[in-house]
Amino acid sequence: MKLSLTRLFAILQKEVQQLRRDRLTFGMIVGIPLMQIILFGFAINTDVRNLSAAVADQSNTQLSRQLVADMLATQVIDRVQHVNTGAQLKTLLDQGDIKIGILIPADFERRLQQSSRPAAQLMIDGSDPIILSTAQSLTKMSFNQRNAAKSIKPPELFEVRNYYNPERRSAVFVVPGLIGAILTMTMVLFTAVAIVRERERGNLELLINTPVSTTELMIGKIIPYIIIGLIQVAIIMLLGMFLFHVPVNGRVLDVYLASGIFIAANLSLGLVISTVAKNQFQAMQLTFFFFLPSLLLSGFMFPFEGMPRAAQIIAEILPMTHFMRLIRGIMLRGAELSQLSMEVYALVIFTIITMSFAILRFKKRLD
Amino acid sequence: MNPENAIESIDLTKRFGELVAVDHVNLVIPRKRIFGFLGPNGSGKSTTIRLLCGLLTPTSGSVSVLNYRVPEQAEILKQKIGYMTQRFSLYEDLTVFENLNFMARIYSMPAAQRRTRTAEVMETFRLDKLAKQFAGTLSGGQRQRLSLAAATLHRPELLLLDEPTSAVDPQTRRDFWDNLFQLVDDGTTILVSTHYMDEAERCHNLAILDHGRMVANGEPETLMQEINSDVVEVESKQPRQVAHTLKDKIHIISVTQLGARQRVLVSKQQGEAQSYVQQLLDSAQLTAECHATHPSLEDVFVTVTCKQPRTGDI
Ligand SMILES: Nc1ncnc2c1ncn2[C@@H]1O[C@H](COP(=O)(O)OP(=O)(O)OP(=O)(O)O)[C@@H](O)[C@H]1O
Ligand SMILES: [Mg+2]
Repeated sequence: MKLSLTRLFAILQKEVQQLRRDRLTFGMIVGIPLMQIILFGFAINTDVRNLSAAVADQSNTQLSRQLVADMLATQVIDRVQHVNTGAQLKTLLDQGDIKIGILIPADFERRLQQSSRPAAQLMIDGSDPIILSTAQSLTKMSFNQRNAAKSIKPPELFEVRNYYNPERRSAVFVVPGLIGAILTMTMVLFTAVAIVRERERGNLELLINTPVSTTELMIGKIIPYIIIGLIQVAIIMLLGMFLFHVPVNGRVLDVYLASGIFIAANLSLGLVISTVAKNQFQAMQLTFFFFLPSLLLSGFMFPFEGMPRAAQIIAEILPMTHFMRLIRGIMLRGAELSQLSMEVYALVIFTIITMSFAILRFKKRLD
Repeated sequence: MNPENAIESIDLTKRFGELVAVDHVNLVIPRKRIFGFLGPNGSGKSTTIRLLCGLLTPTSGSVSVLNYRVPEQAEILKQKIGYMTQRFSLYEDLTVFENLNFMARIYSMPAAQRRTRTAEVMETFRLDKLAKQFAGTLSGGQRQRLSLAAATLHRPELLLLDEPTSAVDPQTRRDFWDNLFQLVDDGTTILVSTHYMDEAERCHNLAILDHGRMVANGEPETLMQEINSDVVEVESKQPRQVAHTLKDKIHIISVTQLGARQRVLVSKQQGEAQSYVQQLLDSAQLTAECHATHPSLEDVFVTVTCKQPRTGDI
């Protein structure tokens, strides 16, 4: 491995000069985190609230009205319309006007006393699985409600309310993950395109005819982007704190260390792509080929535990999976980096392997 | 290999699939000379140059450049050669100065030397006033000067220039060649590829490439003397008919119209070129005046490649 600091510095300086002038890339560095956090932070909201609902309260007693009021208090349902029959509820459901119908039969109070039959009926639009599961948890509340009605013990009602935490829980969960998603997207793409672009523009033919070594070229291309990546981390964290009150329960330094290793892993992967891709379009496609599984399998979108074994094995290869555990651990659980050393090792190993592969694959030849 | 030679190649061959881009080329390029590669498009000039600097691996044959085996020892060689690609390959989004400064660093020049050398080449190639201009906004000629400046920055022993003057006006080309001769005086060996006859004529030695084969090799003067054809100029009032009559006749290599005259190349085998042409025209009842003339480098080119070359415009 040939490494001259003078040459490395030459490449570094050149990259910085070029980056400074590349307005689009510069815009992406700031724009992507900004856009994504605003989009994802507000839109990805897995705690479903404000579902439109209707009630057919055929019992119309003190207790039945209280049931409806309690359900409203959970904020899961909203805008309760009143109708008379179950059939009318069904029509509203069919039309898509409501997501949930609540049918309280005339003998509601009597049914509450018997445990053999459910007291009331929930009619759910099950076409969206997340709504279905949320609504099903409402039925659990009805059971508690029934117990509450028996002994009229208010604390048990509160237990239900706590469960439906009206805080923006998913933003808290999504924002740390977003750091991973945004870094995966921008970092891999930047370096994937970096060398391919030089090849396309003809710069590489000249460059490989100079004494510059592959290692110098690769490292020189990576370092500026590590710094850019860390700037992006800062942007996302600040926005997360101010817009969504996402806590940083662990140490900020640990967040940066974890991000730094993760960025290096992604950049090396980008370099591998740039030694494989023939043009910028291919580089972009390969980046997305890698980006999608990272999004879907890393635990960012769906819980890792729920995935089949094969998917879990693939996920373990992806740097984002390890970063997800690191960043959520540090930011949300307040863990220390040393407690998560396995994830750090995984990222370091990934970086070393991909970087070596990129350096070996890159030939100072044209054929 | 003879250490007096900058480049020697033996049966150098490069195939791209079926295509033989360079076909058993034997080169001997002496030091401190300008050696020209002349050849039509696709004749393998660029490919040969890439083989010489180790960018491509030869399919067969061997090359040694400055006494190093290529491509095996190409890395050591890189510090000693300067390469100017056919296509502009410096960074368009860097300024003239930044590009030169970058190249100087890449060649590990110490800071003081870097400053003096960049200033020197900027002066030599008249780039001072353009120092702050982006390379992408330079004119064709300015780009070529910048490329040559970058290639000579580290005082290479050998310069490989791939069509350095395409898209450059005649005056700029003259200046460019003055620079080349200056470099040779300073001890540099230069290999330059070109389409232009006038440039080829200025080289100390010349190789004409066609379909990857080296079809002629020597000093331009010698090539013109030893040309395998006679040149007959025909003046006539019906130049098109003359051309029509002579074309495709045996021994006639080519007929080229130059204004009112036709320049006719007749194979040496024929022997009596002038009377042969006159006879052909007489039998076609065309009145024309024929006289023999001296062959030019272009005639050499046409004779060995049997193709019409582009004509230099100096
Ligand atoms: N990488 C490659 N893959 C396949 N064919 C190639 C490759 N490089 C060159 N060739 C072919 O080899 C032949 C010689 O090409 P080369 O570029 O050496 O010609 P040239 O003499 O430089 O032409 P020009 O005057 O147009 O620059 C051409 O037919 C070209 O199509
Ligand atoms: Mg060429």
